[in-house]
Amino acid sequence: MTIEGSVFRYGDNVDTDVIIPARYLNTSDIKELAAHCMEDIDTTFTSRVKQGDIVVAGKNFGCGSSREHAPIALKGAGISCVIAETFARIFYRNALNIGLPILECPEAAKRIQAGDRVTIDLMSGTVADLTTGETFQAEPFPPFMRELIDAGGLIAYAGSQPNNE
Amino acid sequence: MAMTMTQKILARHAGAQSVRAGELIMAKLDLVLGNDITSPVAIQAFEKFGKEQVFDCGKIALVPDHFTPNKDIKAATHCALIRNFARQKGIQNYFEVGHDCGVEHAVLPEKGLVTAGDCVIGADSHTCTYGALGAFSTGVGSTDMAFGMAYGKAWFKVPSAIRVELTGKPRGFVCGKDVILHLIGLIGVDGARYQSIEFTGSGVAELTIDDRFTIANMAIEAGGKNGIFPVDDQTLAYLREHGAKEPVVETADPDAEYDRTIRIDMDTLKPTVAFPHLPSNTRTIDQVGDVPIDQVVIGSCTNGRLSDLRIAARILKGKKIAPHVRCIVIPATQRIWLEAVNEGLLQTFVEAGCSVSAPTCGPCLGGHMGILAAGERAVATTNRNFVGRMGHVKSEVYLASPAVAAASAIAGKLAAPEL
Repeated sequence: MTIEGSVFRYGDNVDTDVIIPARYLNTSDIKELAAHCMEDIDTTFTSRVKQGDIVVAGKNFGCGSSREHAPIALKGAGISCVIAETFARIFYRNALNIGLPILECPEAAKRIQAGDRVTIDLMSGTVADLTTGETFQAEPFPPFMRELIDAGGLIAYAGSQPNNE
Repeated sequence: MAMTMTQKILARHAGAQSVRAGELIMAKLDLVLGNDITSPVAIQAFEKFGKEQVFDCGKIALVPDHFTPNKDIKAATHCALIRNFARQKGIQNYFEVGHDCGVEHAVLPEKGLVTAGDCVIGADSHTCTYGALGAFSTGVGSTDMAFGMAYGKAWFKVPSAIRVELTGKPRGFVCGKDVILHLIGLIGVDGARYQSIEFTGSGVAELTIDDRFTIANMAIEAGGKNGIFPVDDQTLAYLREHGAKEPVVETADPDAEYDRTIRIDMDTLKPTVAFPHLPSNTRTIDQVGDVPIDQVVIGSCTNGRLSDLRIAARILKGKKIAPHVRCIVIPATQRIWLEAVNEGLLQTFVEAGCSVSAPTCGPCLGGHMGILAAGERAVATTNRNFVGRMGHVKSEVYLASPAVAAASAIAGKLAAPEL
């Protein structure tokens, strides 16, 4: 599974309150959530983001609230992968559970710049910055996690397994 | 193999003799919690499992507390969905507004729904609060909640731990909030990422259970998976008083491995404030300078308990809130509300010029009941001060104890508590 997109770059400690502010959590509609994604730190995000684009960030991405609406909003906005130096643990879990691939790759997170074109091979964990020609290696997902992401998340994955009890 | 307190609880719930840090386990759950923001997403996911029934209708708690009493039609629609689900599935621990509701992490311990040694997940990041009672409890998302409701299990990566050794005792108006803000200031908002924070030391006995709730509650603000206290006589008395199940008391092995040990001498702590926009951006009250404020919020799962209201009332008694400041007091549960009435605390608040709200998370997450305009500043006893957390993206939240919040409400600026 290969991903290609343009990069939106943010700093450390991007919290779930800025990914999707609580004032919009009176809905669980993916399109509505996506329409307000990142607006408190980047008012141009929703107008610029295209299907397949990639978020690159620093340390502790997704810290704060447990709202699954955060990865749902990013995925709904078209984001195909988040690369960060590190992730907060609830966000990490939630992103994979809803089928949003995320990669911990400190080198890539430090080097890749906003606007770069990047390809990611989820099989091998290889990240290539087409703009600069640099490549980076992240820990690849084990096969079950790739299947889970391909299925679209934990629920769909559980349904596709023969013995999900 | 030597284990931390958290690891022992997880091992027992995974049916294993021992577990080690980094291991992936499937653990049985004693309680699965959700609120009015996270439960609708979990219920929609649950429906997809195609299971008629939840795993145990006595082990699920649904607490509509964030946007309640319903702030708008969308919130009301979410709450109706939860109410119907609770009725349909016979969920025993559904808490209705006005009847016995309140802020989830204050309600559950009050109702005796968590006991020492339990393994609890909640689709709310502050589920780590119950570590105060010697339980393993952690925040998860809605999908994990759905899986938990269906199968009574959750997968975990067994955490390593940080040991926080507390000595001395909090002096004057210093309380649990100052201890945890001090710790987060020391280690940062990702200082305990993926880790347990295990509190130990002679100082634990000097902290009330309410102090411990406040401290465990904010373990997530240091990135922690859970925060946990040893079980002592105070814990056992609390559990008895609240009709909790028989506790299972686990203790860390003396030779358990910790990633690091942090020592905090509580004798030396001062009232502490977290400046915008991170809980780790702390200063002691003597270093805050001149910070005029527009609003004060006293409440939340962090500091909305009776002891918090008592401290605030002690400071506000016979005083007036500064004319340009709105001071909003939110008792965390119906029971706390009633006790505050009986003790005359609410009268003190109203006479001082506070607005007293029904139990709700409301302003803490910028939901309702006290939203900030651009350029406004609030001192809040809540747990997060991220950009836009309580309202406009250009507003600011300063996190502090109930004592500092009350003193600041009178002074109209950040101020040290005094009588």
